[in-house]
Amino acid sequence: MNPLFIIIGMAGVTYLTKALVLLAGERVRFSPAVRTALGFVPVTVLTAIISPMVLAPHHAGLELSWRNPQLVAATVAIVVSAWTRHMLLTIALALAVFFAWQYGLLH
Amino acid sequence: MPHADTDTSRFNEFAAGARDMLPMLLGAAPFGVIFGTLVTASPVPAWQGQFMSLSVFAGSSQFIGIGLIDSHAGFLVVWATTLIVNLRHVLYGATLLPYVQRLPWRWRMLLGMLITDEMFAVSVASQRRQPGRLYGHWHMFGSGVAMYLNWQGWTLVGLIFGSAFPGLQALGLDFAMVATFIAIVVPQLNTLRSLAAALSAGALAYAWQDWPYKLGLLAAVLCGIGVGLVLSRGVRVEAAAGEAAP
Repeated sequence: MNPLFIIIGMAGVTYLTKALVLLAGERVRFSPAVRTALGFVPVTVLTAIISPMVLAPHHAGLELSWRNPQLVAATVAIVVSAWTRHMLLTIALALAVFFAWQYGLLH
Repeated sequence: MPHADTDTSRFNEFAAGARDMLPMLLGAAPFGVIFGTLVTASPVPAWQGQFMSLSVFAGSSQFIGIGLIDSHAGFLVVWATTLIVNLRHVLYGATLLPYVQRLPWRWRMLLGMLITDEMFAVSVASQRRQPGRLYGHWHMFGSGVAMYLNWQGWTLVGLIFGSAFPGLQALGLDFAMVATFIAIVVPQLNTLRSLAAALSAGALAYAWQDWPYKLGLLAAVLCGIGVGLVLSRGVRVEAAAGEAAP
C-alpha cells in the first residue's frame, strides 16, 4: 500500500473530526448520551496512549521500578500538575527529571 | 476611520495567542523531532513524513500512523485508528463553536485545521478568561499558527537528524509526549468518574498493548468511556459534558 494514499486518508479523517462541528454549526446536535461519552474521549485516549510508554518503556514487560525514568518522571509530572495545574512547569520539570534520571543517575 | 486601532487589536490578539502557546511549543518540540526520526526509520519517504505533518497535523495519530504503516497494517485499520484517536477533536469543536459560529465559513475552515489538544486548551482558557472579545478568533488563530509552524519546523529537524544519526529515537525523546499529555489530562480529572474512566483506559491499554494493529488501544478507550458512562448515570448531563473541558 502506498503510504501517500494512507496519509491523505488520515488527513481527511482528521480534518473531518476537527472541522465538522465548526462548519456545520448548530445543525449538528448531539444527544445527551453522546455528549457525555465524547466528554470522556480526551482523558481516555491520551491516558491510553501514554500508559504503555510509561509502564513498559522497552516493550518487555512491566517496569515498576525507580530505575524506570519514564515512570519516575511521569509520577513527578502527575504530582506537579495536580498540585499547580501549571502546564509549562509540569512539562519542564518532567523533562528535567527524565533526562537527569536517564543520563545522570543511571549512567 | 478606526483601521489602525482594529489592526492593532487583531495583531495583539494574534500575538497573545502565540505567546500563550509557548509552554506547549516546548512540549511539542521533542515530540516533533522524534516523529521525524521515526519516519526516517520507517518505509515512509522523508518528504511524505513532512507532508503528514503539514496535512494531518495531529501528533499522536501521526505517531501511531507511522507505527501502523511500519507494521504493514492495511489502510482501513490506519484510518479507523486515526478516527478513534482523533474523535476528541469533535468535542473540542463543539466546545469552541460558541466562540466561532458567527465567523465566515472560511475562518471556521481555517480554525478547524488548526485545532490540536494544545490549541484547544489555550483557546478555551483565553475565551473563558475574557469572553466576547471582538477579535478573540485572532487569539485562536495566533495560538494555532504558532503550533503549526513549530510542528513543521521540529518535524523537519527530526527528519534531518534522523537521516544523519540513525538511532536518535533511542534517546527517549518521546517522553516529551508523555509529559505534555499528563499536563493536559491531570487538570481534567476533577471528578471520580473522569478519574475512573482514565485509569481504566490506561490500565487496559497497558494490558492489551500487544493486540495487533493497536486494536488494544481502541478497545481500552471504548471500555474507559463505558466506565465513565456507567458512573455518569444519574448525574446531570450538562454538567458532565461541560466539565471535561479544562
